[in-house]
Amino acid sequence: MAFDAPPTFSSKDAVVCRGVGKTWAAGTRRAHNALTGIDLDVAPGEFVVFLGPSGCGKSTLLYLIAGLEDATEGQLWSFGDLVDTPSPERSLIFQETSLFPWLTVWENVSFGLSIRGAGKEERRSVAAEALQRVGLKAAMDKRPDELSGGMRQRVAVARALAMRPKVLLMDEPFAALDVQTRARMQDFLLDVWRDSGASVLFVTHHIDEAVALADRVVVFTSRPGRIKTIVPIDLPRPRNLFSREAEELRIRLTDLLRDEVDRAFAEQEALAVTA
Amino acid sequence: MAVVTRDGEAAGPAAGTSRPAAVSRFYTGMLNLEWLTKAWWTILSISLFAGIWELCWAFGWADPKLLPPPHIFLGNLAEQGKFFNTATRWQVGQAMNAGPSAFESVMITVGATTARVFVGLAMASVLAIGMGVLIRYYHFFDKLVLPTITLLSPVSPIAWLPVAIFLFGIGNAPAIFMVVVALFFHMVLATVAQIDGVSPNFINVARTMGASKRQIYGRVIVPAILPGMLQVLRLNLFGAWMVVLVAESTGVGYGMGQVIMLARNTFNPSLVFFTIAVIGVLGFAFDWLLRQAQRRILYWLPDTKEKLRGL
Repeated sequence: MAFDAPPTFSSKDAVVCRGVGKTWAAGTRRAHNALTGIDLDVAPGEFVVFLGPSGCGKSTLLYLIAGLEDATEGQLWSFGDLVDTPSPERSLIFQETSLFPWLTVWENVSFGLSIRGAGKEERRSVAAEALQRVGLKAAMDKRPDELSGGMRQRVAVARALAMRPKVLLMDEPFAALDVQTRARMQDFLLDVWRDSGASVLFVTHHIDEAVALADRVVVFTSRPGRIKTIVPIDLPRPRNLFSREAEELRIRLTDLLRDEVDRAFAEQEALAVTA
Repeated sequence: MAVVTRDGEAAGPAAGTSRPAAVSRFYTGMLNLEWLTKAWWTILSISLFAGIWELCWAFGWADPKLLPPPHIFLGNLAEQGKFFNTATRWQVGQAMNAGPSAFESVMITVGATTARVFVGLAMASVLAIGMGVLIRYYHFFDKLVLPTITLLSPVSPIAWLPVAIFLFGIGNAPAIFMVVVALFFHMVLATVAQIDGVSPNFINVARTMGASKRQIYGRVIVPAILPGMLQVLRLNLFGAWMVVLVAESTGVGYGMGQVIMLARNTFNPSLVFFTIAVIGVLGFAFDWLLRQAQRRILYWLPDTKEKLRGL
């Protein structure tokens, strides 16, 4: 373990990472270190955006926090409990549609409840409430393939909300959407976040998105991913994204990111030469 | 909250009463007489094939003794039907015309063969899907049986024929055993491949919702592999039809394989082609039924065929 003394943090913190790292295919020739030495505290109800070049391990960190993968270094806690398995309290929303095509919208939303053995009445009413919150109650009985990409992601958010999560983990959820839909979805997400009171950990490589959404932006270095710096976004909400302050933040984040992208490119070229 | 236009259209009116897309597609299809066009093309396809054959005969290229064209081998149904009766006529004390009529004989033969195909296919499917799921569910089971199954899957059904006779003698049992053994091994491999193809996101979603391993298999993996498994089933339906004839040629009382063997031994090409025609029609009909079932059960699948047609 990375430390001997008991870690010092508030057990009220939504997510605590201490010395967290992940090596994929550890112990084999293909082993590569995706993430290392991550120390991070996320307060309840905080909106944190992970920003970094592709392949910097920001999605990996999200999977570790979700409990879907085990950390190979350090430890993670959520509200004082050690993270070692997935939990409905920490819902993950994926980039690609992950709705089950064989279930209707409401059955998808209440899937977690059916796992717990809840009756149909209860499931339908919880699904209706969750869908109401994402503005899709009318589409309850539709099939996922009858919905557009943006609607499907809203259903995925409703499915996460139906579990009353304390932490919402989002892995580039709007990356596959067009620019206009994406802007709408950002406003929608902020509404949901405010209503639910959950902490949101949001992975993106879009600087605009980070400035629009985050309380704090965690900037990652390229492989192996480390925290380069954490940039607080102190703009009042609702945000004017055309203000000078917003522009300055974007410029600052762009500079921070550019160094990392340059480094990542140089490394990839070096790899290509040796290979 | 305002909704994007594209979303708004899809949300549309009467969301609560929407029918699955495939069902409404089916109704519009009936109204457009789309099925009639399809039937027309099927008839045209067969006529073209039969027409070329008839032409070859008319020009004298195809010897009618060896390659009798359709009008010859389909011409005298009653005469052909007689060969299907392998019942009691040759027994001592039976009159020549005793036993079932020609039409009844054909029906009995066809029914017996079809039953063997379906019993074999059903047994092979249940065993193979069960085995495939077990292999992925229990890791030790995987290591224990998968090498043997892979080893046995390339073995030709012909090689199993003597085994079938050693074990089961003569009758229905060896024929069904042949169908099962011919399909089982690669259906297991197909099931495993289908399970491995399930999107990891689906499994991760179920895991974050707190699903147990058993629930993940029952609620996610089985429905997710269903479309692929129906496809596997369709292809293996043809496989079953192919194997059953080999199996029946060993002696099962009555069956299409017996008729083919009779035709071979008595040098009767007309009977061979007649039997081939009957098998073709049966295989086509059952495939059609299975496709209909597939469309009803798997209403959520995207219609890629339509997209390809638009290219």
